[in-house]
Amino acid sequence: MKQLSILSRLVPALLVLLLAAPASGDGRVPGPVVSPAVKGDQCVEDTDVMRRRHMDFLKHQRDETMHRGIRTEQHSLKACLTCHVTPEQAYHGDSQEGHFCKNCHEYAAVKIDCFECHATQPERDQAGRVQGELGEGATRLLSHLARPETNETGASE
Amino acid sequence: MSERKHPDSARREFLKKGAATAGLALAPGVMLYGVAQARTADEPVTSAVRWGMLIDTTRCANGCDACIRACEAEQGLGDETHGRAGQRTQYMRKVELRNKATGAIHSLPMMCQHCENPPCADVCPTGASFKRADGIVLVDRHICIGCRYCMMACPYKARSFVHETLTEQRPDNPRGKGCVESCNMCVHRVDAGGTPACVEACAAEGKHAIVFGDLNDPSSEIAQRVKTYASTQVRADLGLNPGVRYTGI
Repeated sequence: MKQLSILSRLVPALLVLLLAAPASGDGRVPGPVVSPAVKGDQCVEDTDVMRRRHMDFLKHQRDETMHRGIRTEQHSLKACLTCHVTPEQAYHGDSQEGHFCKNCHEYAAVKIDCFECHATQPERDQAGRVQGELGEGATRLLSHLARPETNETGASE
Repeated sequence: MSERKHPDSARREFLKKGAATAGLALAPGVMLYGVAQARTADEPVTSAVRWGMLIDTTRCANGCDACIRACEAEQGLGDETHGRAGQRTQYMRKVELRNKATGAIHSLPMMCQHCENPPCADVCPTGASFKRADGIVLVDRHICIGCRYCMMACPYKARSFVHETLTEQRPDNPRGKGCVESCNMCVHRVDAGGTPACVEACAAEGKHAIVFGDLNDPSSEIAQRVKTYASTQVRADLGLNPGVRYTGI
């Protein structure tokens, strides 16, 4: 009977210890630093899909682009970098904070070949714009076009 | 009922008139009509198009290397630091030909000739060297194993091998150690409806020695020129039918 009472006291204590361990702080192993996207708040697929399958999307897209000349942006590596990396962040640099791809790949000990050949950051053009970014004029034009048309009747002959 | 036309139909007529008068006389018997319809980003390339270049060697100046400099800037070449000079990547090079009998000197750019029957693709053990449907010969560096067999097979000495680790590549031309590479006819520009960097640079120099276009489109400037004037394939005896042709040699 004495043994049982010790057990009955031990079990809750053990349970408390077990349950408390993961909850004590943000985990014993620090997670990867996932930098927020440079622009936009909506990725091309849901976040959990991207986390599991981005490599499949990229590999499919790479063959489509290379061999068939299809250059849609949805699953292109270049478009990934345009949204997720600033022109100043380099994959090969020493910075631990910066590169979106590098942070997770290092954390997960994934050795990928993409950046042995591919540019690790988007480029700025001479006007200082990131590739794919619209200039001031284009933005104004788009907002002008988006306005409801008012004087379309002037085209009569 | 008013006779007023719908604004859209007025626009359409204007465009039609514009298209009818878009022909431009380049030389006697050579007319340039409107640009071929651009492909959208999600459409695959087809063999209806065959991209090619026509190089007029009489306009290509001795000692001018504007095309090579433009190529290096566009493709992000020339940052190899460790290799010997002879190993440096060159997508284009200038070749000087001297006629021993007359002493006449020709200067011309030499690069991947984008053959219809490319020997590099024939010998490639992995399928990395291939010809795209629109005639552009490329190296798929994802599957290139760096054996350099294609470099041996190319009669134009057009290919280079990357011997060292590279950084700071251009986004449109991924390149790295252990792969063979060559002129890709600025495929990223062509896919976006543009022309190769060398063609632009040559025109900017005022030489206009390189004409780029679709050999399959009878109304294109290049097709008109090869139809009207005699042009030469380098090593025509090999039967490779290059997409790059020369006049004046």
